[in-house]
Amino acid sequence: MTPLLEARGLTKHFAVGRGLLGRGSGVVRAVDDIRFAIEPGRTLGVVGESGCGKTTTAKLVLRLEKPTAGQILFENEDVAGLEGAGLRKYRKSVQAVFQDPFASLNPRMRVDAIIAEPLITHERLDAPAVAARVAGLLDVVGLPARSRDLFPHEFSGGQRQRIAIARALALSPRLVVLDEPVSALDVSIRAQILNLLRDLQRELGLAYLFIAHDLAAVAHMSHVIAVMYLGRIVEIGDAAQVATAPQHPYTQALFAAALPAHPDERREEVVLAGEVPSPLNPPAGCRFHPRCPKVMANCSQHEPKLKLAGGREVACHLY
Amino acid sequence: MSGLLEVSGLSTQYVGARGTRVTRAVDDVSFTIEAGRTLGIVGESGSGKTTLALTLMRLLPPAARIAAGSVRFDGEELLSKSESQMRAIRGKRMAMILQDPMASLNPLFTVGDQIAETLRAHEATPRRTAWARARGLLAAVNIAAPERRVGEYPHELSGGMRQRVVGAIAISCGPRLLIADEPTTSLDVTIQAQYLKLLGDIQREHGLAMIFITHNLGIVARMCDQVAVMYAGRLVEAGPVRTIFNEPAHPYTRALIESIPRFGDATERLTAIEGQPPDPSALPPGCAFHPRCPLVVDRCRVEAPPESRVTAQHRTRCWMAAPAPADVLKG
Amino acid sequence: MNGSRAASLTVAWRFAALRIEGFPWIPSAILGTITLVAIFANVLAPYNPEIGVLGDRFRPPAWQYGGSEAHLLGTDHVGRDVLSRLIFGARVSMVVGFTAVIVAGVLGTTLGILSGYLGGWVDQVIMRVTDTWLALPALTFAIFLAAVVGPSEMNIVIILGAVYWTRYARVIRGEVLSLRERDFVRLAIVAGCSKKTIMRRHILPNVLNSAIVLGTLMLGVVIVTEAALSFLGVGVPPPKPAWGLMLADGKKGLMAGYWWLTVLPGICIMLMVLSANLLGDWLRVKLDPQLRQL
Repeated sequence: MTPLLEARGLTKHFAVGRGLLGRGSGVVRAVDDIRFAIEPGRTLGVVGESGCGKTTTAKLVLRLEKPTAGQILFENEDVAGLEGAGLRKYRKSVQAVFQDPFASLNPRMRVDAIIAEPLITHERLDAPAVAARVAGLLDVVGLPARSRDLFPHEFSGGQRQRIAIARALALSPRLVVLDEPVSALDVSIRAQILNLLRDLQRELGLAYLFIAHDLAAVAHMSHVIAVMYLGRIVEIGDAAQVATAPQHPYTQALFAAALPAHPDERREEVVLAGEVPSPLNPPAGCRFHPRCPKVMANCSQHEPKLKLAGGREVACHLY
Repeated sequence: MSGLLEVSGLSTQYVGARGTRVTRAVDDVSFTIEAGRTLGIVGESGSGKTTLALTLMRLLPPAARIAAGSVRFDGEELLSKSESQMRAIRGKRMAMILQDPMASLNPLFTVGDQIAETLRAHEATPRRTAWARARGLLAAVNIAAPERRVGEYPHELSGGMRQRVVGAIAISCGPRLLIADEPTTSLDVTIQAQYLKLLGDIQREHGLAMIFITHNLGIVARMCDQVAVMYAGRLVEAGPVRTIFNEPAHPYTRALIESIPRFGDATERLTAIEGQPPDPSALPPGCAFHPRCPLVVDRCRVEAPPESRVTAQHRTRCWMAAPAPADVLKG
Repeated sequence: MNGSRAASLTVAWRFAALRIEGFPWIPSAILGTITLVAIFANVLAPYNPEIGVLGDRFRPPAWQYGGSEAHLLGTDHVGRDVLSRLIFGARVSMVVGFTAVIVAGVLGTTLGILSGYLGGWVDQVIMRVTDTWLALPALTFAIFLAAVVGPSEMNIVIILGAVYWTRYARVIRGEVLSLRERDFVRLAIVAGCSKKTIMRRHILPNVLNSAIVLGTLMLGVVIVTEAALSFLGVGVPPPKPAWGLMLADGKKGLMAGYWWLTVLPGICIMLMVLSANLLGDWLRVKLDPQLRQL
């Protein structure tokens, strides 16, 4: 099956301006030569810590940034090269829901205008047709019909996120980029929204790019998980396998560091030394080697490539 | 053994601008914590947990007032102390760590200065000694190259290191109680693990009592002996951690625990709680949780349940928890 | 408890300044009165403000010796009724003030939005122009322009607009720069909206608050500038009554003790500017959600 979205050799470097005295300009290797694919109707979960490049990846997929190298292919067409009608089609097919429900909605627009905006940008519908679509979308996300006349500040965080989801669905997209969709919500609301997202995926055949730092949520929602570290993908494979039997030392540490769901749940303690290094100056060879509990001599010399091991791809010299 | 910290019937209110609107941020909260033990206070936005922490430290803003209750720390009543008496306690016998390390540290002073400041304020340590101890404290919180770090400014350190500096300041005068308000929310997963391990080590080494204020049940599961669950300003359940996780008595606690996704759990849907947390200034009548409760009956809508004991250690506020409330907890 | 004392002091200050939670009644009443006076000048003024009776010059106000009830506030050096001139002067001040503020506002806000959102060379050009403009002292610049194009009411409005748009551009550009990074703008891009649409639908409504507040604050500045221009003789041309012009004319009479010719128009200017400032201050706090929490 052709993947819906495919990234090949995707790279994004940011030039960091020269200091005040003209001292060293740097390059932030936010995303460095990554490869992944999203199948129609499936979820790719991306996990990683600060500086790993997951947010940049989201922006690249949404064409909010242009790649420095590599390609993003949507239904086999290079996204970077799209203009005019092709770009419009892409915008209709790929939508987003961001983390902060308070910043995602224009405070001066009513909910019906917010949800309808993508519709009126792309399609010529008359007012009753637009109103009908908006009503339908509000229903799909579980908000009452009278929400349409209200302003965002009259809603709670969880409700605003539903509005954001309704808006993302307005054009019946094929792929929705979810960047930390529940992190800013109260714990008791998160389950509601995650359930909603899963239901929508099943009913509408949506594909998701699900980015989060909550490992359990990602494991719950995803079919495939990609683990990123300093701009590289270190492990990518079936979600259940990666979550329960991680192969890469970083993935192991990450999942071991995740908080337990019960006081008796004991994880193998893999506490990493040191801090996450800055993407301005990634370590030579394998970027993880300074913190790796299983480091070998080879690791500081050669950067490992993703290879098949244990049913998924791992970038590690151990395999 | 009487507890290190005994809170009973504590109520804190916020008064609106013209003195008309009164918001009950903390309502009749009672708990006890022994020396060397860890209590987790769990709640979401509007639950009153941060107000509770500020009340214990007497750091409330002018718009708030303590309406009732008592807070006994090491046998002394904190609520009747003057500001200068509290100042002698804060930082020395009771310490606090907040969520955002960047906001907790002054960007204009070096890390060493800030640690030394606490030492000099409370123990009148001379400058040189204070700096030497600051170095030692940085080493105690596992910061590498402390001699160098002690002269650096907060922005030169990473988030995790800053939070450790905050921890170093907190333990510098050997407090007996440490209150940590969402200390790891802004940290990455692996850094959080390091930090929690550090806090656990410090606690064991110094015999500290700790109060973790958090919305994250995972932290409670990892770090705490006892749990207290807050909802809309009231304590709706309290007890030992395993009891709470294994047999939660209050529907809110139960739903919270069940709504968290866990690894290896292949179920399709998470158990979600309907509705949203209430606005503390507009609470529903009766039990504040009743609009969202799967077990609601008429009584819940009208009358707020008092505390009842499920077992000797385990108490809750729910009409449905026990067939008849065994006895009402007295402060 | 010190908390409650601080609280009561704050309440007292707030009441006295009629600010923040409390709507500023007195400043609004003053501005409202001036506006009404300006609109109904024809009906309210007892005399024609531009024509005087020479035999009746320098009459003091009615409550002083030598004054009469025919001229409640006295007459000026050509026998014109001061009260009528003040009333019609309100019209000039309001018209000039509001129009200039609107002209400056529209121009400045538009350029600020374009500059902030589009960035690049558009931003550079507009900002350099703004910098240059701002480097010129406003009053001197206004005088220069007035001397060049000649004084008339319309010209003064344009001049004031041309001098003061830069204040808007700067402030609005700053807001736009931070608005641009907000999620809802990003989502509008993701939804496929054009830059023009985004500026119109998302940026503009969210900077309007600041523009309005800035407008009320600029009202005071503009009116003072207009008064200064008139005082210096390059503002609204005589015999049209303008408060600044009245100040200029009345200056000569100060030594002779004809105080009402300067003090009364001065009080009017002061009241109007002060009210505009207090109102603008209140608006700023009310419309800025962050400040409102305090």
